[in-house]
Amino acid sequence: MKYSVTLRVNGKEQKLNLDARATLLNALREILHLTGTKKGCDQGQCGSCTVLLNGKRVNSCLVLAVMADGKTVTTIEGVSSNGELHPLQQSFLSHDGLQCGYCTPGQIVSALGFLNEPWDKTPEAVQIGMSGNLCRCGAYPNIASAIEEIRSSIQEAASS
Amino acid sequence: MKPFTYQRPFTVQEALHSIRNTPGSIFLAGGTNLVDMMKLEVINPSVLIDINQLPLNKIEPLPNGGIQIGSLVRNSDLGFHPLIRKNYPVLSQAVLSGASPQLRNMATVGGNLMQKTRCSYYRDEISPCSKRNPGSGCSALKGYHAEHAILGTSSSCIATHPSDMCVALSALEAIIHIESEKEKRKIAASEFHLLPGNSPEKETVLEPYEIIVMIELPPLPPNTTSCYIKVSHRALYEFALSSAAVVLEWEGEKIKQGRIALGGVAAKPWRCFQAERLLENSLPDEKLFRSCAETALQGAEPQKENQYKVELTKQVICKALSTAFKRSV
Ligand SMILES: Cc1cc2nc3c(=O)[nH]c(=O)nc-3n(C[C@H](O)[C@H](O)[C@H](O)COP(=O)(O)OP(=O)(O)OC[C@H]3O[C@@H](n4cnc5c(N)ncnc54)[C@H](O)[C@@H]3O)c2cc1C
Ligand code: SF4
Ligand code: FES
Ligand code: FES
Repeated sequence: MKYSVTLRVNGKEQKLNLDARATLLNALREILHLTGTKKGCDQGQCGSCTVLLNGKRVNSCLVLAVMADGKTVTTIEGVSSNGELHPLQQSFLSHDGLQCGYCTPGQIVSALGFLNEPWDKTPEAVQIGMSGNLCRCGAYPNIASAIEEIRSSIQEAASS
Repeated sequence: MKPFTYQRPFTVQEALHSIRNTPGSIFLAGGTNLVDMMKLEVINPSVLIDINQLPLNKIEPLPNGGIQIGSLVRNSDLGFHPLIRKNYPVLSQAVLSGASPQLRNMATVGGNLMQKTRCSYYRDEISPCSKRNPGSGCSALKGYHAEHAILGTSSSCIATHPSDMCVALSALEAIIHIESEKEKRKIAASEFHLLPGNSPEKETVLEPYEIIVMIELPPLPPNTTSCYIKVSHRALYEFALSSAAVVLEWEGEKIKQGRIALGGVAAKPWRCFQAERLLENSLPDEKLFRSCAETALQGAEPQKENQYKVELTKQVICKALSTAFKRSV
């Protein structure tokens, strides 16, 4: 049986007609052709499928698309605006926060979610708060420093 | 995944009516466990009743000083909640030590209580496994069981209950509120999960036509300290090999009473009632902590590959007790 599902993806309303079995990840990749969001494990064990659902980061492989009906979704394709990279994307570039790049969309979207969560205001918080994103290439030190640069600059801006 | 249909009720009564009258139906909360199990075709419901719209997502203080937590509160909201952090740090620590930030943003309190074991034979859908396929036997007993339980097991099943949150709930003597169409009832957290015995497929006291609506945390005396210690293969985003939640109530320099619960080592979140008796009206020191640990593990029945869990758990208990002690001074 098919279900009508309305999603607001990267600011654009999308009306879909889906089998109840479709995950949010599959709907994004295979129907909306937003292939920036990656499928790694498909079991909630790697974080490469991370998207923001109503502003909160989730593993889209374990969310059924029907559960997201009426919600907003932000994928990596929605992170830059007017052709300008988001500061976080820029920071990944300048810190060389990637090797093969497969985990990168998930890392960046996850970091966006992380920056909005009430973690302790310490550099260690990046490592703890980003624990849901694995990197098979082991680019962790650079990923962490890319995110820490943005985290500390937000913290400074808030305290000045 | 096998095909299924999908419903989205808006009230508890509607959800309870559906679950009772729809064969093959199951509740869907955050989906982080159920969708996983459905992909693996270990659980194959024909109808999903999505309860995410039910008004059960609040954390509220109670007149007696306790707190009530709706069953749909997300694990991240629970772990980060200022009242939980302040009054029940052991619960905040336990919840935030589990899974990942992404998973915790979806995972609910009710789903965490009901999550399935991570035993790889249970999850593979083909090996003999009495929990998945009653009476078929236990593949872990003669197979890989390095991560399996050493307490509360039976010859039918040696799987662990994987939750961190439930270990803290047990040590906090939380009360689980359950509803069916006909009645409301409450049950102590430490009595919610069942030991495998001869029927490992029956994991909790919850009947299929019941719903968890709320968890109640009783108030703690102000002079209480608590903590959660977890050891796993990686520091985060990994299930516990062994964990302990400890709650100590102080009277001056003495422990008035204490509660200890274990995770990752038992068939259910494991209260150490006998060890707790040693804590009553005692002065804290390493010797006392070690004898608590010895007592807690007295009945342990490890298998070949998980013997390390006995000493590991003793050390986890000592570490948790001494950390809670340090927080009192
Ligand atoms: C990769 C990974 C790592 C993880 N690591 C950890 C960890 O380290 N520690 C830990 O504790 N957990 C861990 N988890 C498990 C996670 O905590 C659970 O998946 C989650 O808590 C389940 O909640 P949910 O709302 O998503 O449940 P769902 O998947 O929606 O449901 C699970 C079960 O609960 C039932 N249910 C849900 N709500 C109710 C209700 N209100 N009343 C009655 N029945 C209900 C459902 O019918 C279903 O049977 C991990 C999960 C994954 C995928
Ligand atoms: S330990 Fe339990 S869950 Fe694992 S194979 Fe044995 S019966 Fe199944
Ligand atoms: S693909 Fe979703 S967590 Fe790995
Ligand atoms: S850069 Fe290759 S997986 Fe992370």
